[in-house]
Amino acid sequence: MSIQTLFYIGGRLIKGLLVLFVIAIFNFFLIRAAPGDPAKVMAGEAGATDELFLQQLREQFGLDQPLYYQLWVYISNLVQFDMGETYRQQMPVFDLIMDRLPATLLLTGTAFVLSLVLGVLVGVIAASNHRKWIDSAISVAALVFYATPLFWLALMAVLLFSVFLGWLPAFGMETVGANFTGWDRFVDIAEHLVLPAMTLGLFFTAVYARMARTSMIETSRADFVKTAKAKGMKPSRVTFRHTLRNALLPVVTLAGLQAGQMIGGAVLTETVFAWPGIGRLMFEALFQRDYNLLLGVFFISSAMVVLFNLATDLIYCIVDPRIELAK
Amino acid sequence: MSILKKLSSNKVALFGLIVLALLILVAIFGPYLYETSPWRMVNRPFMPPLENGSLMLGTDTMGRDVLAGLVYGTRISLLVGLISTMIALLIGIPLGASAGYFGGWIDEALMRFTEIFQTVPSFALAIVIVAIFEPSVYSITLAIALVSWPPVARLVRGEFMALRNQEYVLAARLNGQSDHNIILKEILPNTLSPIIVMASLMVATAILLESSLSFLGLGDPEIMSWGYMIGAARTVIRQAWWLSFFPGIAIALTVLALNLVGEGLNEALNPKLSGSRES
Repeated sequence: MSIQTLFYIGGRLIKGLLVLFVIAIFNFFLIRAAPGDPAKVMAGEAGATDELFLQQLREQFGLDQPLYYQLWVYISNLVQFDMGETYRQQMPVFDLIMDRLPATLLLTGTAFVLSLVLGVLVGVIAASNHRKWIDSAISVAALVFYATPLFWLALMAVLLFSVFLGWLPAFGMETVGANFTGWDRFVDIAEHLVLPAMTLGLFFTAVYARMARTSMIETSRADFVKTAKAKGMKPSRVTFRHTLRNALLPVVTLAGLQAGQMIGGAVLTETVFAWPGIGRLMFEALFQRDYNLLLGVFFISSAMVVLFNLATDLIYCIVDPRIELAK
Repeated sequence: MSILKKLSSNKVALFGLIVLALLILVAIFGPYLYETSPWRMVNRPFMPPLENGSLMLGTDTMGRDVLAGLVYGTRISLLVGLISTMIALLIGIPLGASAGYFGGWIDEALMRFTEIFQTVPSFALAIVIVAIFEPSVYSITLAIALVSWPPVARLVRGEFMALRNQEYVLAARLNGQSDHNIILKEILPNTLSPIIVMASLMVATAILLESSLSFLGLGDPEIMSWGYMIGAARTVIRQAWWLSFFPGIAIALTVLALNLVGEGLNEALNPKLSGSRES
């Protein structure tokens, strides 16, 4: 790795940390901008009557101290991964989130790969049949899925595949009480994963398919594609070796930028399917009015997006060294 | 006028336009024509659609008229979508215009600021804002506006950067016109068509966001909305499919209509940009 690459990555890292710092400050002021005693806001309705819990919160966050001191306490706690405790579970917020994170990563990761592969594939099919019926059919389907609310699609999937057809489990990540191990457990989780990953993935499939189609059509007008065709190359080879390779970059860039949207989708899908991830945790925090937990989930999910963007930058650096030089 | 003509010559956009017009009519006059309150218990709970002639879409878990809920929910969906988009434009246009027009450190600072908002998971941010400021039409509208303006700022910045060195802008500057004047009277009018297209698509996204918030229980407790109806019916999906089915169709239809109109506008206003369809 060259020294320039290191500098570039270092710069990105500092930028990411800066974003997280701003979000932390935002969280801090949001609690204090809300009407009422910040300790009560943090505890929400869950702990409003428990004076002991409120006192504990006040002490931990230094709520009777001046504002700048509170901010200092807040940030220095955060740096040590200390986000306070939840009222209901009596568990550190950070530990609870870390407990739930793997399930969300599994769901969003699967949905991401699924939608990217499927979206590009569908986009390529539409583009190579430009202005034939299959192109129109794909465009209409993409538009419809793009307009359908994710949570509704999830409910309808439950209705069709679990209630009517009985093919797939609708709730949770594992069969309760089955205690599967090894391969059986893998199959069990995979079965539970199908519906949530499909519904979360469908919306993004629609987005990527539209993008891939446009990008393919634009690239297919480039001179190098005309040359490839003119020298008598097989059409399928032109499509995959020449057009697709170059049309892929904008699609992947867009996909990377939408990591944050994936988190939003995960909140809705996990709520419907009772998937035990941080999205479901966010819903539970809302339900219990545990705002300290809510802000904790918000912060960690932002950190995930920052990390993901950093990873995409790194991959770009390796795949195409020109990108960093251009910057 | 010619825009309307162009729009209506495009069959798909025309379909969107008609659906949208009907929805607007329902939003304005629906509550006067269909007087059953969406909150009132009108019959026994869980009555399936078409079983009772006066209750076409059946009743919900508390015996309330589902069709009344749909009619009354139209207004809030369209209103929140429209107003949050307008607020987002009011934030995004000035930011993008100043960044693109002035360039230099102003551009740098404003774009860093915009980037932060773009990195943060927007739906999660909206949830946090609405939850902490208590769910109400105002907090919902504001939260949606706050997460939707960054793309506007980026678009307007790009347009201004492309236009700021055009001859007519240079002429205005030589004429001694103020920056304020040049931005508002010379450049901004020329950036309106992409802004209009983006705005129509933003209304669609805002409606989806509003319904998602209400679905999670973050809707205004005073107002019947489509998202709330689905959220309330979530746990009884096995017994009563119609409670979540119809509101979902209403949302999808509204969003689809807006997207179709947006695409139609795009083709009518920016024929060059949408070249992939023409040529």
